[in-house]
Amino acid sequence: MNVIVFYLLSAVILLCAILSVTTRKILRAATYLLFVLISTAGLYFLLNLFFLGAVQLMLYAGGIVVLIVFSILLTHNIDHKFESLELKKKIFTGLATAIGALVCLLAINQTTFTKTQSPAISTDVHQFGLELLSYGNYGYVLPFEVISILLLAAMVAAIMIAKK
Amino acid sequence: MIEGIPMQHFLIVSTLMFFIGVYGFLVRRNLITILMSIELILNAVCINFVVFNKYLFPHMLQGYMFMIFIVAIAAAEAAVAIAIIINLYRRYNSINVENVNTMKN
Repeated sequence: MNVIVFYLLSAVILLCAILSVTTRKILRAATYLLFVLISTAGLYFLLNLFFLGAVQLMLYAGGIVVLIVFSILLTHNIDHKFESLELKKKIFTGLATAIGALVCLLAINQTTFTKTQSPAISTDVHQFGLELLSYGNYGYVLPFEVISILLLAAMVAAIMIAKK
Repeated sequence: MIEGIPMQHFLIVSTLMFFIGVYGFLVRRNLITILMSIELILNAVCINFVVFNKYLFPHMLQGYMFMIFIVAIAAAEAAVAIAIIINLYRRYNSINVENVNTMKN
């Protein structure tokens, strides 16, 4: 059952990702991107990582896509259509990325991954909260503080730039 | 649950998604669609972090933490990028990359 769900989600991800970078209407591209992000959240739920799935749904699918759709509506006419790309460019770019993907896939195929034998840690929100604010060994309080400063700086910068 | 799904299949999906994002980054001419390709790339990297953590190091939380930080950085990046895009649109009335070739005031 979960194998079928996995392959279904992967098919949706790949199909919508391809459509998102090739479609000629920009609002449709944003919608396909939304489908990709929601299916990725589905993958996280499949891996039993409910907190990460929720983060993915809220921040990516709920936040960033809405931001992108807002900016599309502010800068484009809805009926606007991109002109089609020239075939030569499509072919050469596709070839270059296909070669890159092939090299990566070969590397994945050649590598043997060894699993550690330690017992698994629980991955609920409680554990995440404790680790995120712990300052002992392998605690994450420093990156947490740095990222909060970064978010503040980004907010101030966005207001400053858009106000001009 | 993860029984019956080899780790390599997750990695194949994320690799293909990454390179689809790179393709979009290279062929698109519009700043917002380039931003969407970057989101695809970041999303593929997130999947990689989470899957490596889940399959190979289940006694740690590092990959999950990196995923959360990547999402936060992507949100900050999208906010700043969209502010810049709206500013460019006001100034040049277009957000195609070939029309925006000066950073001077």
